[in-house]
Amino acid sequence: MAKGPWTVLGPAVGSQTADAIKRRYLMSFVMLGCIFGPIFAVVVGVQLKVGEIGPLLGRAMDAFSVFAAQRGAPVWVVPAASFLVPCLILAVLFNLAPVVVIWLELKIAAHIQVRMGPMWVGRFHGILQPVADGLKLMLKEDIVPAEADRWIHYLAPVVVLVPAFVAYAPVSFGPRLVGIDLDTGTLFVMAVSGLSTLGLLMAGWASQNKYSALGGLRAAAQTVSYEIPRVLSLLPVVMWAGTLSLSGIARAQEGLWMGILPKWFIFYPGIGLIAYVIYFICTVAETNRTPFDIAEAESELVSGFNTEYSGMKFALFFLAEYAYVFLGAAVGTDLFFGGGSAPWNFLRFIPSYVWFIAKTLGQVFLIILVRWTYPRIRVDRLMEFCWKFLVPWSLVNVALAGALILWRAR
Amino acid sequence: MERLSEHELLLNMGPQHPSTHGVLRVVLKLDGEVVTGAVPDVGYLHRGVEKLAENRTYPQFVILTDRNDYLAAMLNNWGYCLSVEKLLKVEIPQRAEFLRVITGELDRIASHLVFIGTFGLDLGAFTPFLYAFGREREMVLDLFEQLCGARLTYSYVRIGGVSHDVPEGWIEKAKKFIVHMRGCLKEYDDLLSYNPIFLDRTKGIGVLSASKAVAYGLTGPNLRASGVKSDLRELDPYGVYSQFEFDVPTGEKGDCWDRYMMRRHEIEQSCRIVEQALDRLPAGDIMGKVPKVNLRPPAGESYAQIEGARGWLGYYVISDGGTSPYRLHVRAPSFINLAVMGEILKGWKVADAVAILGSIDIVLGEVDR
Repeated sequence: MAKGPWTVLGPAVGSQTADAIKRRYLMSFVMLGCIFGPIFAVVVGVQLKVGEIGPLLGRAMDAFSVFAAQRGAPVWVVPAASFLVPCLILAVLFNLAPVVVIWLELKIAAHIQVRMGPMWVGRFHGILQPVADGLKLMLKEDIVPAEADRWIHYLAPVVVLVPAFVAYAPVSFGPRLVGIDLDTGTLFVMAVSGLSTLGLLMAGWASQNKYSALGGLRAAAQTVSYEIPRVLSLLPVVMWAGTLSLSGIARAQEGLWMGILPKWFIFYPGIGLIAYVIYFICTVAETNRTPFDIAEAESELVSGFNTEYSGMKFALFFLAEYAYVFLGAAVGTDLFFGGGSAPWNFLRFIPSYVWFIAKTLGQVFLIILVRWTYPRIRVDRLMEFCWKFLVPWSLVNVALAGALILWRAR
Repeated sequence: MERLSEHELLLNMGPQHPSTHGVLRVVLKLDGEVVTGAVPDVGYLHRGVEKLAENRTYPQFVILTDRNDYLAAMLNNWGYCLSVEKLLKVEIPQRAEFLRVITGELDRIASHLVFIGTFGLDLGAFTPFLYAFGREREMVLDLFEQLCGARLTYSYVRIGGVSHDVPEGWIEKAKKFIVHMRGCLKEYDDLLSYNPIFLDRTKGIGVLSASKAVAYGLTGPNLRASGVKSDLRELDPYGVYSQFEFDVPTGEKGDCWDRYMMRRHEIEQSCRIVEQALDRLPAGDIMGKVPKVNLRPPAGESYAQIEGARGWLGYYVISDGGTSPYRLHVRAPSFINLAVMGEILKGWKVADAVAILGSIDIVLGEVDR
């Protein structure tokens, strides 16, 4: 067999004897160990030596500004760098997170469904499958229906994707690990992610397809309705923490109750849990996933708003969906699970971003689990559920939180 | 179709649509999300099977019956052979009769498993499909593969008997499957049957009253779901069915959930029948005294029907004494069940339309023939 760079895509078919498979598994674990072992060592080492990576970045920026001043660089270099570096980190994260989530979904769905899922690409359990899928979609023909409104058809995926990206800006990934520490972070995330609805509507309208139109309208109705309980569910958290900044809220959850339970908001008696459940349901609904995937509704509307999309434009919708899944979980982590803080002090040696990612992926797992367990709700029942159940309960929750705060202040 | 009013939309669902179960085309008239009119359009899979029969010898046509209802090919073979055997007045060995019952009921289970899976799929639940279709049905197909070499188009039931005797260890394997299947039914109940969202989507949806069901000539699980206790295995036992103990489950309201539960209960009953038949499988020949070549039934006509997976499956054969039928007609339950669609879809939402269509359980190979 000719060796080449493509051998990373998996060994040739036909070499799959039992021994070969065993060896492959063993090799995969050795490879994983080789990759993650040093990373883990470095992470722990950095952690013990310098502490969190956030301050480290700050220090690196300081060093850079001193260096730039010594070399007589123009004045705008330092602010530009301090602007671009977080942007770059966010961009990488934004592209990486959906890829990880997609792979997780492929594997978790497969294991729920007594399948193996991708096992080939990337040698270890199809780890490169999302990348291969992305490449495939990039190479595919971009089909625009003859009757479509070309400009809106082109713009729709962009309108869906860009807010997803922008909404990552104020999310706090750990102490000082935040793109822009906005004072109105919570509001910003909710407001910006709500913009994507416009893109769905545009896609549905511009495709000139009845299924797309129905899907787009359903998406608009659904997202607009679920935005309300979603924001309301966050109000108790904001009231308790006294700030809208995501890193501020994460900081407000430090400490322990009776020395055992972390003071994460989800553990606040009753209120926190109700708020989180409502937030979680709304997040699943916002990301248009089963049981709330009525906008795509494969069995009814073929593929809903993205029926007429192919190639890279479809990939953008896809990317946006998974970006929102990760975003929803990440915001949930900041608001309800104490952000990047370790639950107990003796676990402090694990850096905050690892905690953050672990908590987020835990929620992502839950979202994936829900998707592959439940059937789809009917469109009118969905609205009923939102307006007659979620909205009243989130309002009750807000009132309860207010009462509790007043009682404590007394 | 009459003119549309201003706020109505004509939606052409199919023939290429994920949930029309093949190439059915339904033209839906929508008012927003509500269906105000529906016209099912069939014929996209028409192959002229009935006409082809006139150019095939009697044994050759068995192969074509596989292609009618491809999800329950065993039962189709059986229905056709029963009709020809009636013409021939041939004695079927007991072992062959029992094997027909065993394979027929296993195939009924396989067919209903597809229903459970695809019905879940229609309602947006993907996982039950892979359980029913990818795990349990696969076991039935493995059994059939061991028995006759084919996994979809068996041609196992032949005129006068069956084509192969059971291989060694097959009976134990089949018994193991029955035990496994019973456990899985509990799993389906947990995952799908009593799932609150599933109940919400199916209970009270697409109600079909008993009188209407009878009026439209519905048969099989769809009719029983409306509360009419009609099962040919019990009403008019063919083969050796009179020797087995089984219940005929009936529904109450005739909604989608009842139609779903009929299939679920029937799997249970089929398990019972297979178990009894496996225990009592007599020794002996598997083929009656039928000429191997030049099969010429006496001139005349015969009609035989069996309880197919989707209803009464009848084969009407006219012989002029030649080697091939003079005329052949199939009473395809799917086709007749489909006729009620235009009536019960009205007034429901698009999502319900998909659920109702799924709950009727049609196979387009049989509808179009």
